[in-house]
Amino acid sequence: MPSPQEPHDPHENAGFPAVSPIGVDGLLIAFGGRLTEPANRAALAFRAEVDAAGLTGVVETATAPAAVYVRFDHGQTDHVALQDELGALLSARDWWSAPLPAGRRPWLVPAAFGAEHGPLLDEAATMAGLSPDAAVAALCARPLRVQTIGFAPGQPYLGQLPAEWDLPRLSSLTRVPDGAVTVAIRQVVLFSVASPTGWRHVGQTALRLFRPESGIPSLLRPGDEVQFRPVGARELDALRRDAPDGGAVAEALE
Amino acid sequence: MTRAVLLHRAAPGVTVQDAGRPGWLGQGLSRGGAVDALSLAEGAALLGQDAGLAALEVAGSPLVMEVTAPARMALTGAPMRARAGDRMLAWNGVHAVGTGEMLDLSGSAGGFSYVHFGGGIDTPLILHSRSAHLAAGIGRMLRAGDRLPLGPDQGGREGLVLDPLPRFTGGILRVVSGPQTALFDACERARFCDTAFRKDPRGNRMGQRLIHDGPGFAAAAGLAVLSQTVVPGDVQVPGDGAPVVLLSECQTTGGYPRLGTVLPCDLPLLVQAPPGAVLRFRFVSPDKALAAERAEARRRKGLAAQLRPLVRNPRDMPDLLRYRLVDGATRGDDLDGGTA
Repeated sequence: MPSPQEPHDPHENAGFPAVSPIGVDGLLIAFGGRLTEPANRAALAFRAEVDAAGLTGVVETATAPAAVYVRFDHGQTDHVALQDELGALLSARDWWSAPLPAGRRPWLVPAAFGAEHGPLLDEAATMAGLSPDAAVAALCARPLRVQTIGFAPGQPYLGQLPAEWDLPRLSSLTRVPDGAVTVAIRQVVLFSVASPTGWRHVGQTALRLFRPESGIPSLLRPGDEVQFRPVGARELDALRRDAPDGGAVAEALE
Repeated sequence: MTRAVLLHRAAPGVTVQDAGRPGWLGQGLSRGGAVDALSLAEGAALLGQDAGLAALEVAGSPLVMEVTAPARMALTGAPMRARAGDRMLAWNGVHAVGTGEMLDLSGSAGGFSYVHFGGGIDTPLILHSRSAHLAAGIGRMLRAGDRLPLGPDQGGREGLVLDPLPRFTGGILRVVSGPQTALFDACERARFCDTAFRKDPRGNRMGQRLIHDGPGFAAAAGLAVLSQTVVPGDVQVPGDGAPVVLLSECQTTGGYPRLGTVLPCDLPLLVQAPPGAVLRFRFVSPDKALAAERAEARRRKGLAAQLRPLVRNPRDMPDLLRYRLVDGATRGDDLDGGTA
């Protein structure tokens, strides 16, 4: 199921894409000053394009929510030469309306919400103007795109939630366990490792998001889609104990 | 049985480190690896082996260990007092050490020290590296009782020393502008360059917080910045206004505004600065930064040519009587029959 696509407002992105050096051996290509669906789509599509282009000296690419990072080997190229090559790729099309890269997968992920598995569900629901049940229904209503993997290993930022979920972060940090479902600023973050955070803990998955023993350590990839399937606390505990991938299932998505 | 190092005493802060895991940024894993990459290059030069082999990184705490078979050992990074049994070992040197000799390191003044062995530490590779990445749950802090296998040593020199690149007194850190530098107005950027910073004692492998006199630093746009890719060396300014220089085990994206990025070749100056040493920042152009980085890469490749024999000149030893003489010297009582 495709994510709803916001139409691209050309005025929103005046001055973008913006290419700037970052560090001595990298360039950052930003597709917007704030996170929008088109800017995220542009970042995912452009990273795939850079990976496919095989530019001299490019040794690594990654996405941020609305940007692409390209690292180069300074023995083979420099900022200026690479900026020219990236500029040619950038001008080849309108990246905000580019199709998402192939190979994305839809995931159905069991998650328990509220009580011990999501102590701040009621508070977050109230702030969003919803009952706790309606909040869970909203979080599970449709697939959320993996906008980026970052901050911690294998950690996905999912979005975008409807406008009423534009909740500020907590001013004091709370500690959440690995697999936690947290919300803020119209996004969901699933925590790959236990961590202090300002995001509100509303639910819990049994996912193991980062597996260093695997050749592809991050379970989720940018562009994948995650739909939560609400389960009770006891079912989640059973999945955590017994099920591969915490009961999550994926199929290829074209 | 495989040659190994046995740890008898290890406080938190001792880990196995190599050059880390470049290439996993898109999956949220920062490169990690030795915080002072230069020390790895110096150790490899002393032992005449590949700079990709793993060593022990020691963050200031004492370490006692022994080898299960004769080995060559090199010591680099933040100087410590090093003994092998009764012998004092020169820091920045490569030494032969024997079975049953207690290897005892202590007295660090701060920073990161490195212990390298001929053949390298040969623990299993995880994602092509042996580095512990604590934030990612890869590997762990070492502790007493750990037995670390050593790889096969091609053999070679010992009793040599290398003059390390000076980096143990603070100094000037060169910075390149990044996509968020302009979020700080010209006044704030100038103040950043005019300020004397010192290290906060709370630094770790993820980042080094800096302290200074005067008000904190702030971006004109405030703290609400879209999350962007983060690279080691980034100077991030969180809400308290005290800059943090991100190090090898940093997060991969971040939403705090960043003033710029310290050149990788200058990071050793930061991580090896002792408490109280003054650190300053100076912006350089991307061209100058790249030239500096390339020059340092060439210099590191040529380190092996700069080794010299370990010879102590008594004129360089002001408190001669305080020295237990190193390698090859005697206790004075071991030549006349060995009756202790």
